[in-house]
Amino acid sequence: MIGALPLIVYAIVAWLAIGVLALVPTGGGFFGRSLFAAGALVGLAIAVMALTGIGDVPQAMVLPLGLPDLPFHLRLDALSAFFLVLLGAATAGISVYSAGYFHASENESPRLLCLQYHVFLAAMALVLIADDAYMFMVAWETMALSSFFLVTTDHVVPEIRRAGFLYLLIAHVGAMAILLCFGVMQGGSGDYTFGSMRSMVLPGAWPSIAFLLALAGFGAKAGLLPLHIWLPEAHPAAPSPVSALLSAVMLKTAIYGLLRVTFDLLNAQLWWWGVTALVLGLLTALFGVIYATVQVDMKRLLAYSSIENIGIIVAGIGLTILFKANGKILLASITLVATLYHALNHAFFKSLLFLATGSVLHSTRERSLGKLGGLIHRMPWVAWAALIGALAIAGLPPLNGFVSEWLLLQAFLFTPTLPQSFINMLVPLAAAALVLVAALGAYVMVKFYGVVFLGRPREAQLAYAHDAGHFERVALAWFAIGCVMLGLFPGTVIAVIDNVNTALIGATVGHAGDRWWMLAPISPERSSYSPLIVLVVIVAVVALTIQIVHRTYHGRVRSGPPWDCGFPMQTPRMQDTAEGFGQPIRQVFEAFFRIERVLPSPFDAKPQYRVTLSDHLWQWLYLPVVHGVEFMARFAGRIQQGRISIYLIYSFVTLLALLMFIR
Amino acid sequence: MSAAGFLSQLLQLAIALTLAPILVGWVNQCRAWLSNRSAPPLLQPYRMIRKLFHKDAVVAEHASWLFRMTPYIVFAAMALAAAIVPSLATDLPFARAADAIALVGLFALARVFGALAAMDIGTAFGSMGARREMFVGFLAEPALLMVLFTASLISGSTSLPTIVDTLAHREFAIYPSLAFAGVAFTMVSLAENARIPIDNPATHLELTMIHEAMLLEYSARHLALIEWASALKLFNYSCIGLALFLPFGIAEGSADWLAILGATPVLIVKLAVGGFALALIETLSAKLRIFRAPEFLGTAFLLAVLAMLVNLMLGS
Repeated sequence: MIGALPLIVYAIVAWLAIGVLALVPTGGGFFGRSLFAAGALVGLAIAVMALTGIGDVPQAMVLPLGLPDLPFHLRLDALSAFFLVLLGAATAGISVYSAGYFHASENESPRLLCLQYHVFLAAMALVLIADDAYMFMVAWETMALSSFFLVTTDHVVPEIRRAGFLYLLIAHVGAMAILLCFGVMQGGSGDYTFGSMRSMVLPGAWPSIAFLLALAGFGAKAGLLPLHIWLPEAHPAAPSPVSALLSAVMLKTAIYGLLRVTFDLLNAQLWWWGVTALVLGLLTALFGVIYATVQVDMKRLLAYSSIENIGIIVAGIGLTILFKANGKILLASITLVATLYHALNHAFFKSLLFLATGSVLHSTRERSLGKLGGLIHRMPWVAWAALIGALAIAGLPPLNGFVSEWLLLQAFLFTPTLPQSFINMLVPLAAAALVLVAALGAYVMVKFYGVVFLGRPREAQLAYAHDAGHFERVALAWFAIGCVMLGLFPGTVIAVIDNVNTALIGATVGHAGDRWWMLAPISPERSSYSPLIVLVVIVAVVALTIQIVHRTYHGRVRSGPPWDCGFPMQTPRMQDTAEGFGQPIRQVFEAFFRIERVLPSPFDAKPQYRVTLSDHLWQWLYLPVVHGVEFMARFAGRIQQGRISIYLIYSFVTLLALLMFIR
Repeated sequence: MSAAGFLSQLLQLAIALTLAPILVGWVNQCRAWLSNRSAPPLLQPYRMIRKLFHKDAVVAEHASWLFRMTPYIVFAAMALAAAIVPSLATDLPFARAADAIALVGLFALARVFGALAAMDIGTAFGSMGARREMFVGFLAEPALLMVLFTASLISGSTSLPTIVDTLAHREFAIYPSLAFAGVAFTMVSLAENARIPIDNPATHLELTMIHEAMLLEYSARHLALIEWASALKLFNYSCIGLALFLPFGIAEGSADWLAILGATPVLIVKLAVGGFALALIETLSAKLRIFRAPEFLGTAFLLAVLAMLVNLMLGS
């Protein structure tokens, strides 16, 4: 029987073929749509193949491609398979959505976009199965470049070009760190296959250097502090399905890389790596969520929320390292499950929300929260799907976001068994920070959903908003059902993720995956959570209460104008704007923002009030670097005098110097 | 799942549903006595709910289904929470469905739906109330979880019945960690249940209200359900507090009918004392400005952290 790996390779080739087919000039609307639909099927196939192969022994393949003596090594193990499932499942939905979305938008070159889109997908899949550093970097750079072109689809807009440049710049800073990391890990052997790196035992501080380089390199791609600045620029610049891909899948490839290097390629982990990742992750999460509360653009808000979730995931990785380094294998496996579960959840609910904003954008041509409102009446499908996504991301039972948060909090509660006593004190504080992040996440989602979908339309043209098309509805339903299912059947999901544990940690979570309807990581006496019962009881009580109230009393309803304490003049403008809703958070966390206020004076003929929020890190980190580079460039520029005699003198001096050395 | 356990579960739920409005009535009575007013009868909340159920519901024209469903969802979440929090017995089959962390999640679910419904009508006061409620919520939730974490570190479990079983069997002494946690929990409960000093349940001055501002548009049966759910929330918080800090007298393990019947008067006495203490706190303090709420809840959070650190260092 043919293994899963060759099939996945064929599927990747199919994606590339679809991309090339898109260039065929005959393509009308139907042709383009069927290409995206075919891409979705390929994605689904990859997810199914990876899911069936996740428990198998790792398979390896060598492709006779690439440079002479440097063939491409491929390998499929449980970690790759898990991320391929994530990639395939998310892509299937997003591609179906794209079939409807790109058809309807008046895009300049949908055919070119289709090529870039599928090359991007293929590159991400190759990153996940690469088994040597050379192959990995080729796929990684292809992924960065193709996504750069996708981000700059609307390249006529200067801000989008700027966002694309920033993205490319940070991507390359990160890629350099990853390259150096691989350089350190090959340990002077000159063999860049992952297999040789696995068997290499690095001396002294080299493992730590490799880990820190990986954290920096993959952190730049994932949007970890302080290399996050590209993320809130690039995500809103891209078309919505691409934003969903970037956020749901591409950020996860960085998580994959970090896990691969930390747990697979490096033999042993040190506990302070865990502390570093934990602290960095929590800071990122807190930063992301606080900035998300004050955003006024739908997609920027979601982008900051992605930073928050990546922070949570990296904090989970940190805690896993901490446990594993201290030999608490069972706890490490529970934490890793929570982390991977959260990555999978994030892929689902963030795709869902980005696609929902795409539909809103499509229908209203408006991205600013302050100009939306009341869309639950005009777009019921999108509103339903977005409600599920918003509740899931806010971490509310019985949906999926809560499961991973619950597991992670359980993991935090296990820490008092660690030997480093000061960490035992710090980790509960970290748990509190996580809870704060989750609670603020709920605040962000109430703001997002309330301002966009609830209330009254803030602009007149919103009355003409229409619901999503058929393809878009299918995609939204796919992700919404996914969020519910991942939330209701945690036992089944954990049983799948457990395969990764066996590969990376060398242990399983034991009984946690035994009962499909209940979560109990250690024992039900210790802690348990059953989302299915929660949902069934809530639905039953709701139905029963409605019945009893209507039978016993009556079900009469009258409709009238809203009361609002009897204020007679009420316009939709009096609802909270996005700024207004975020104002308390802005006031409490004022130190986090760089706030520029323009206040009117009493004598202004046309008084104006303006507040601009920006990131401190621009001022503290990036501008000094930019100034430094400019200064050095100016210094180097002095050498260039533009006169031939000067350049001849340079050549002469160089010759003399060389003669002195070589003699 | 034993049959006896199921029965004690149902009995506890029924007692929670009936006692919750009476608890609110009792607190209102105490408040009236303490401020030298003549008190409303103990059953006044019941009369209120009955009156509201009889009325015709008036719903704003542009309300969506979310607005009409929210009272039922909030009520259901609170009822489920009442089934999980051990108030009479610890042999609760439903308690397996949600531990302490999931319970906080249930409360958050109710709060988020309340806030969304308040924004659904699109009035200025509704969204103001939603914003403030979420604001208080995000400040209170970490402190609440720190309190629960302290209790679960002592008992090595996050399941509420196990926590109660463990705490009830320790020898009677004052544990410093629990003392700190108790103060923190009281402060959080005041904020979460919209009591003075964070909010005032009796106010209808638009600019100062938080929780009430969210309910402005509700009427009739919807309002009745929300009021009942608020009463249940107060009852649940009281029972969590009693379970963590005064677990004595609860029917433990697979108790028989007699033990559960014996636990009922104990619960009523404890709730009466707790309700009086709540009224006393409310009478003695003044409402804080909304932007003083972070200081108040920050103090609660620090106390909870202190409780946890004391527990880690002293092991008590």
